[in-house]
Amino acid sequence: MANAAKPTIRPLSPHLQVYRLPLAAVLSITHRITGVGLTLGMLVLIWWLTSAAYGPDAYDQAMTYIASPLGLVVLLGFSLALFFHLSNGIRHLLWDAGRNFEIGATKRGNVFVIISTLVLTAAAWLLALV
Amino acid sequence: MFASGNLRSPLGRARGLGSAKEGLHHWWAQRLTSLALIPLTLWFVAGVIHLALGGEPYESFMAWIANPCTATLMILFLGVSFHHAQLGVQVVLEDYVSCHAWRTGLTIVTKFTCYGFATLGIVSTLICCFGG
Repeated sequence: MANAAKPTIRPLSPHLQVYRLPLAAVLSITHRITGVGLTLGMLVLIWWLTSAAYGPDAYDQAMTYIASPLGLVVLLGFSLALFFHLSNGIRHLLWDAGRNFEIGATKRGNVFVIISTLVLTAAAWLLALV
Repeated sequence: MFASGNLRSPLGRARGLGSAKEGLHHWWAQRLTSLALIPLTLWFVAGVIHLALGGEPYESFMAWIANPCTATLMILFLGVSFHHAQLGVQVVLEDYVSCHAWRTGLTIVTKFTCYGFATLGIVSTLICCFGG
């Protein structure tokens, strides 16, 4: 019992509410959130296609909503989510192939995914507006 | 507790809630659909963004979708992405919904809804191609 008074420093369990998530973990949960969001966003695509099948009047009405400020914000969010899920999804496929598991490669991958998301989204909107 | 050569507990055996042997198929289907969606998504965005944001009239959309290659790629995109979506949402439900009844119910609703909307999108594409 000689060591009884000596304080022992033990690692604390990283509980979600008191633990600052590393960037890789933030991107991981973002992959899921964007996946669910894109599933809901696909309903806008279905609405658009269906309106075209119903005829010019329905199509024009749908386009009025899509081209409205709120519609454009939704489309911007959809495109950001889409390109993030695409970029991070490619990273997941590389992980599935057993590559890029090292800490350095994972950190570079984080940066690559974020830059790729922003560049692809910007490129898509420039393509539309040019 | 465990009989020799059998890692399942007696309770697990009695309930029959072992592996359904379908996990590999789910995993593989999610990877294959994601692989297919890389080119399909890039095609989709490149094709659609002008029509959605460029203020193009109804006739431009109909001329675009009536092209056989466009219609084929659109139908593939709809089928593959909704298949991928219901596989993904199923995993999210399995991870976060602990109540068995809710989890099963929501999974069924997800699958029915995804395949329903995929079919609606495909039928609409075909109507645009062949005329209503």
